[in-house]
Amino acid sequence: MTKSQITNHSHARYKSPGVLQMGWVMAVLRLKTVFLITIVSIIIAPAVCRAEYDYIDITNPFLRKIPIAVPVFKNTSPNKTAAQAERQASDLLADTLEFTGYFKMLDREAFLVDPQSDAIYSVVNFHNWTGIGAELLVTGQILVIDNLVEMELRLYDTFKEKLLVGKRYNGWLKDQRKMVRRFCSEVIFFLTGNRGFFDSEFAFVSTGSGNKEVYICDFDGYNPRQVTDTKSITISPAWSSDGKWIAYTSYVNGNPDLYIKNLKEKRGVVIAKKGINTTPSWVPGKFELAATLSFSGDQEIYLLTGTGKIIKRLTYTWGIDISPTWSPDGKKMAFVSKRSGAPQIYIKNIKSGQAERLTFVGHYNTQPSWSPKGDKIVYAGMAKGRNNIWVIGVDGDDPVQLTQNEGDNESPTWSPDGSLIAFSSTREGPSRIYVMTAYGTDQRRLLTLPGKQTEPKWSPIIINK
Amino acid sequence: MRKKLWISLALLFVIPGLLFTVSCAKKTVKEDTAVQEQQAEEDARIQAREAEQMERQRRMEEERLQEQEAARLRMMAAEERFLSEDIHFEFDSSNLLPEAQEILRWKAAWLQNNQNIQVTIEGHCDERGTNEYNLALGDRRANSAKSYLMDLGIYGSRVSTISYGEERPADHGSNEAAWAKNRRAHFTIE
Repeated sequence: MTKSQITNHSHARYKSPGVLQMGWVMAVLRLKTVFLITIVSIIIAPAVCRAEYDYIDITNPFLRKIPIAVPVFKNTSPNKTAAQAERQASDLLADTLEFTGYFKMLDREAFLVDPQSDAIYSVVNFHNWTGIGAELLVTGQILVIDNLVEMELRLYDTFKEKLLVGKRYNGWLKDQRKMVRRFCSEVIFFLTGNRGFFDSEFAFVSTGSGNKEVYICDFDGYNPRQVTDTKSITISPAWSSDGKWIAYTSYVNGNPDLYIKNLKEKRGVVIAKKGINTTPSWVPGKFELAATLSFSGDQEIYLLTGTGKIIKRLTYTWGIDISPTWSPDGKKMAFVSKRSGAPQIYIKNIKSGQAERLTFVGHYNTQPSWSPKGDKIVYAGMAKGRNNIWVIGVDGDDPVQLTQNEGDNESPTWSPDGSLIAFSSTREGPSRIYVMTAYGTDQRRLLTLPGKQTEPKWSPIIINK
Repeated sequence: MRKKLWISLALLFVIPGLLFTVSCAKKTVKEDTAVQEQQAEEDARIQAREAEQMERQRRMEEERLQEQEAARLRMMAAEERFLSEDIHFEFDSSNLLPEAQEILRWKAAWLQNNQNIQVTIEGHCDERGTNEYNLALGDRRANSAKSYLMDLGIYGSRVSTISYGEERPADHGSNEAAWAKNRRAHFTIE
C-alpha cells in the first residue's frame, strides 16, 4: 500500500477532517439501555487477514527491541476540559506496549511534529519518524463529549510507509483503559501472531490487611483488590484455565484446607481433610485440578474434580510430593518430590505413570511452572541459601538462571502467551512482585502495596470479564 | 404502850430478819462469783486448748496447702515446660535429633501422668525454603514427633498435628540463629 492510498483511505472515513463521528453510538449510550457494552470497534485498515509475524519473533532470546514512537494523541474535543484525556490515553498506550518488552519507546522530546497539528494525523509524513529512528508509529485521535469518548488509533510501519492496524473505539470515558488495551492487543497480535496477555490478571498473596489474603490485579498491576477476607493465613492461589475459578489454601477453619471458589458467583467447595490440603493446579481445559493432600500421613498428589471429589491418586512415593503443574495438553505433570533425598522437579506421564527426574543442578529445586508453549519449565532453585529463578527445557536441557544477586526470588509464573515471567523478590526489602521477559531481561516491579506481596499467579486470557 | 411494844417486838424480829436476808443474799453473790471465776478459768483452758488445737490444725492445713501449692506449682512448671520446650530440626529434615528424642521422652512421660490431656503438635520451618514445600515439611515434622510419642505408648487419638510451614516464625530474624529456632515442632494443649 502506498502512502497516498492510506491518506485517501483516511479521508474517506471523515466527513469533516478532525471530527469523529459519534452520533449513533452516543444515541445508543444515551438511551441507557446498554449498561456494560461500551466498546465498539471498527476496522479502518483494509482487513489484514493474516498477521505478519516477521516483526517480532518471540522465540528469539536475543530479540532486538523495535524503536516505536507514540506521540500524544490529537484531541478533537470541543470542550477543552477533556484536555488531559489525550495525554492519559497516549501515556497508557505507550506504557502498555512497553510492558511487553518488545519495544524501545522513543522520547517525545525528540519528535519533529506538533502532536496537535494535522500533520500528525491526517497526512503522516513518515520521514519525520524514520528521521528519528522510529520503525513503528502509533497515532491517535480522541474526542471526548461529557463522559463519552471516541478514540481512533493507528499503527504504522514508518519505513514501509504502511498502515498496519487501525481501529476506532466508542464508549464511556471510564472505559478508556479497556479501549487502549484492546488496541494494544491488536497491535501485539499483528506483530507476533500471538494474542498477548492484555486480557489477563494476577492473583497473588498480600499481607496488607495484617493477614495473608488473596488479591487480584490487572496484568499491569492496575486495580488491585482483595478477594478473600479470611482474617487468617490464605496462600497458594491457582486459576482455572477459563479464569472463572480460583483455588487456594486457607487456615480460616484452623487447618490448611483447600477452597475452590467461583469468582463471580461466590460459590464453591472446601476440601478439609486431615493434614495439609494445598498447591492446587488446574488441568488445562478441564474442571479438574491436582493438589497435595496428606490425610494418608504422606504428602501425595491427587487428581480432584472441581467439586472436590478425589478422582485418583497421582503419586505413590514415600516422602514429600507437592506443587504440581500441568503441560498445556494436560498429558504430563511436573511436580516437586523429595524421593531422591532433596526437593527436585520430576515430570510424570499421566498415561504411563512413569516419572522422570528433570533437575540435577542444585539441591533444592521447587515451585515449577510449565510454559504455555509446553517447551520449558520455570522454577525456583536454591544455592547458598538464596532462591533464584531458573528455566529449563522439558527435556532437561540447559538450565538457565534468570535472576541473580538480588534477594530471594521465588514463585515464578508465565504470562499466558509465554513471553513474560512474573515472580516475587525481596531485592528491594519486603517481598514484591516483579516481571521480566522469558529470557530474564527487563526486570521491573509490577506493583507496590502495603505489606508483603508473594505467590503471583498469572491468569489465562480472561474473555468476557 | 402495849402497841409500841408490839411494834418494837416486830421490829426486833423483822430488822434482824431483814439483816439476815441481806447478809444471806450477799453471801450467795459471793459464792456465784467464785463459780464464775472457776468457770471462766475452765473456759479459758478449754479455749486455749481449742485455740491450740485450731492453731495446730491451721498449721497442718497451711502445710497441706503449701504442699498442694508446691505440687500445683510443680505441675504448672511441668506443664509450662511441656508447652515451652520445642524440638528442633536440621534444614530440610524431619528426622528427630538425639536432643529432640530426649525432649520427646520427657513429654511422653508427662503425657502418661496427665491422661486427660489432648495435645496438638505444630510443625514449623525456617524462611529459606519455598513456602509450598515448607508446608509439606512442617507436616512431616509434626508427624514425626507424633509417631515418636506413639512409639512411647501415647495414644494417637490424644495427639493431633498441624503444619504452619514458614508462615509463623518464632523469630523474625534472617540469620542462622533465627532459622535454627524456627525449624521446630511446638506443642499446645487443647
